[in-house]
Amino acid sequence: IVFQIDLKNADPERVEKQIEKLFDIPICECVRISAKQGTNVEKVLQKVIEKIPPPQCNTADPLKALVFDSTFDHYRGVIANIALFGGEIQKGHKIVSAHTKKRYEVNEVGILTPNEQPTHKLYAGQVGYLIAGMKEVTEAQIGDTLFLYKQPVEPLPGFKSAKPMVFAGMYPVDQTEYNNLKSALERLTLNDSSVTVHRDSSLALGAGWRLGFLGLLHMEVFNQRLEQEYNMSVILTAPTVPYKATLSSAKLIKEYGKTEITIINPAQFPDKLSVSEYLEPTVLGTIVTPHEYIGKIIALCQDRRAVQKDMLYIDEQRVMLKYLFPLNEIVVDFYDALKSLSSGYASFDYEDAGYQAADLIKMDILLNGNPVEELATIVHNDKAYATGKFLCERLKDAIPRQLFEIAIQAAIGKKIIARETLKAYRKNVVAKCYGGDITRRMKLLKRQAEGKKLMRKIGNVEVPRDAFIHVLKRQNDN
Amino acid sequence: LCPQWPYCRKRCSYCNFNKYVVPAVDEAAVGACLVREARTLIRLSQVHSITSVFFGGGTPSLASPRTIAAVLEAIAGAAHLPAGAEVTLEANPSSTGTSRLAGFRAAGVNRLSVGVQSLDDAELRLLGREHTAAEARGASRGAWARGLEAALGLCDDHISLYQLTLERGTALAAQVSGGTLPKPPQDLLADMYETARAMLVAAGFRHYEISNFARKGALSTHNLSYWRAEQYIGVGPGKPGCQGAGGGGCARPQDSIVLPPVIAGAHGRFVPRGEGGCSREARVQTLEPNAWMREVQSQGHGTRRRAVLSPLEQLEEVLALGLRTDEGITHERWGHFSPYLSLEAVFGVPGEAKVLQEQGWLLLDGSGLRCTWVGLALLDSLLPDLLCQLQRR
Repeated sequence: IVFQIDLKNADPERVEKQIEKLFDIPICECVRISAKQGTNVEKVLQKVIEKIPPPQCNTADPLKALVFDSTFDHYRGVIANIALFGGEIQKGHKIVSAHTKKRYEVNEVGILTPNEQPTHKLYAGQVGYLIAGMKEVTEAQIGDTLFLYKQPVEPLPGFKSAKPMVFAGMYPVDQTEYNNLKSALERLTLNDSSVTVHRDSSLALGAGWRLGFLGLLHMEVFNQRLEQEYNMSVILTAPTVPYKATLSSAKLIKEYGKTEITIINPAQFPDKLSVSEYLEPTVLGTIVTPHEYIGKIIALCQDRRAVQKDMLYIDEQRVMLKYLFPLNEIVVDFYDALKSLSSGYASFDYEDAGYQAADLIKMDILLNGNPVEELATIVHNDKAYATGKFLCERLKDAIPRQLFEIAIQAAIGKKIIARETLKAYRKNVVAKCYGGDITRRMKLLKRQAEGKKLMRKIGNVEVPRDAFIHVLKRQNDN
Repeated sequence: LCPQWPYCRKRCSYCNFNKYVVPAVDEAAVGACLVREARTLIRLSQVHSITSVFFGGGTPSLASPRTIAAVLEAIAGAAHLPAGAEVTLEANPSSTGTSRLAGFRAAGVNRLSVGVQSLDDAELRLLGREHTAAEARGASRGAWARGLEAALGLCDDHISLYQLTLERGTALAAQVSGGTLPKPPQDLLADMYETARAMLVAAGFRHYEISNFARKGALSTHNLSYWRAEQYIGVGPGKPGCQGAGGGGCARPQDSIVLPPVIAGAHGRFVPRGEGGCSREARVQTLEPNAWMREVQSQGHGTRRRAVLSPLEQLEEVLALGLRTDEGITHERWGHFSPYLSLEAVFGVPGEAKVLQEQGWLLLDGSGLRCTWVGLALLDSLLPDLLCQLQRR
C-alpha cells in the first residue's frame, strides 16, 4: 500500500520502483491510496480479503485465544482483545491464563466494530474482546494464551513488540514513592504496550527502571501522562547499558564463579589489571535516507563511534547505510538527532549485534579530592574528556558557594582529566540591617539553617540533596 | 524610639519601603497621630527612659520642624528623655535648606542622617533620586574609590555604606532583570567592600558594624541599641530608617541579592508590661497611613501584628544582630537573654562554632563572641551554621 498520495511531493511511481527493488514486490500489486481523500480505501479491504490467508483453525478444537491488547476500564475491569485460534468462547465459560495460571469466568464477549459490540459467542478465526473479571493489569499479559479450564493447550508464541528507540532511566524523586511509581507504570504500560520496562538501580537515585520508548516525543508524552494522570513526578536520566568484562585474575574468577561478568554498577568495575578484555553491547543499525543527508549522517555516526558496514543506493535518490553502533551511543538521543538532521526523512532500525571489545574506563568525580561515589560512570576512553567536563560543569551549578574554594574534578584512576572551580565567597552579608524589621531576615536565615541540616558532607564540602539529581537528569532538549 | 514619616516627594527606583508619594499631606493629622501613638506605646512598654530617637521613613525632613518638635515633646512627656540623648532626623539633601535645618535643631534634633546614593548625576538620575552629583554607573573599583574619597571630603565623623540591594517589585529590579541595566560581578562587589573598609580605616574610622564606620567615638547610639537587641518602639506607619541612616555621605555599589517583596510597617521589640505582659514581643504597625491614622484615633495605637518571641527566637535575633558589630555579643548581653546557658556552653563545645574559629572566621574569648575582620564580610555564610548549633542546645 502506498499511502498519502494526496501530498504535494508524493511520487507514487518512484516509491513503487523502490519497493520493487527492495522487496521484490511487482508494481501491479501496489495499491495507491489516500486515506484523507478516501481514494482506493475500499480496494485495500478487498486486497486484505484476497491476499491475507484465512486463519487456519477449527471451532472443534479446544479453545485457544491470544491476548493481543488490553485496556483497563474502571467499572468493568480489564478488557482483553483476543484472537481465537481454536474453539469457541461465550459467557459463563471458565478459562485459564497460560501465563498466570489463574482461573476466570467469562462475563462478556463481543466484536469490535470498532466499538465494542457484545455477542453471544466468538468462534475460532474471529477477533474480538473479552471481559472475565480480571482486576489487575498484570492479569492480561499481551501475548498470553487463554484456554478452557481442564483443557490446557500449547501456549501460542507471543509476538514481537515495536522496537524502542529512545531509552531513559526513571526514578522516583524520593524512594518512599517507589511503590506508587511502580503501580503507575504498570497501569500506564498496560494501555501503552510499546514502552519497554526493565528494573534498574542507581547508587545516587535508588531503585528505578530503564524504559524504552519509540521516540523522544513518545517519552515526553509518557512522562506528561505520569504527571497528569497519576500525579507522579519523576527523575529521568540517561540510561545505563550492561557492560561486560572477561576476567583474567584467578581470585576474581573464583569470587564470581565465572570468567565473564556483567557490570551493572560502576562500583563493580574490575580493575584493568584483573581483566583481559572489557566488552560493550552493540547493535547493527540500518539507516535509509535521501542522499542529500548522507554527509551529515555519516558525521553523526562517526561521532557515535560507529563503524560502517555497508552502504548502497537503493535508487537514484536514497541510500541505505549499515553501521555497527555501541549501544550506549544511541540509547539517549541518536534517533532524534538523526531525524533532525534529515528533516525527518531518514529511518532507523536496529538489531542486537552482541558484544565487542572496548576501551572502557571508570571515571570518578572528585570534590576537593574526595570521590563522589554516586557520580562515578563507566565510559569509553574516547568520550572520557567530554563526559568528564560535562559532569563537572553540571555539578558546579548544583553546589552553593562556600567559605573555601571547591575543586570539582573528573579523574581516571589518579589522572585528572577535567576540572571546574567553584570560587569561595568573599562577601556574603546583608548590607542594611538596622531599624529594618529583622523578622523576615530571621525567617530566611532559619530556612537556610534547615537546609544545612539536610545537606550531605563530602569531605568538607556541603552538598545539597538534590545536587545529584541535577547532575544526572536528562538534559532538556532545545 | 523610631517615629516614621512615610511620605516622599518621589520614589527612588530601588526603594521598596513603605512610603507614599502624595501631593498634599495633612501634616497636622499625621503629627497628632504620631504623638498619640508614641504616648500609648511608651505607656504600654512602661519604659522609663528613652536613650535615642530616630526619625525615619520616607523623607522625615519633609515634615515641618513644628511636627518634629511636637513628637519630641510628647516623648519627653511620657518618659524621661535625657538632655544629651541622640535625636536623629533622616534628611534628603534637596529638602534641607539652612533655615529649615535650624528649625529642626531648635526642635531638638542633634544629628542628621543624609542619604546620598552617589556623587554622580547620571547615576542618581538612573536611581530616580531627586538630588544630583557626578559619575557613570558600571562602577569600577577605581571609580568607586574616587567616589569614596569625595564622600570622605564631605562627611563628618560617621559613614554608612550600603550596597544597593535589588528588592523584588522595585523599578530597579525590573530594569536589571529586563536587561536594561547590568548586574555587577560578585568579585567586584567584594573588592569594592574591601577597598572601602581599608580606606575608611586609614582615614581614622572604626569599622564598628558591617556597614557602619565612625571616628572620634561618633557611633550611632540608636542603631547600636538595635544591634544589641535592646528594646525599641516603632511609631507610625512605614519602615523606619530608609537609605543612609548614620549621617555623612553614603555611596552604594550594586548588589545582586533579590529578596522577596517586603511589606512591613514601623516595628518594635519590647515587653508590653503595661498590659501585664512579661515576654518580649515582635510588633509591626499598620502599613497604610490612612488606615493607621484611623486606628490610632480610635484605639490609641495602630499595631497590626504582635507575636511573642520565644527564648530561642530572641537568642536567634541576638545572634544575627550582635555578630554584625565589631564588639559582637558580650557575655553579659548574652546572659541577659540566656541566664542558664552561657555562650561557652552553646558555642564553646565541639561543633560548628569551633570549626569556624579554627578556620579564622569567628572568635570566642573573654569578651564574648564576635566575627573576625574577615569573618564579618561573610556573616551570612556563618549564621546558618551557628543557628543550627544554637537550636540543638
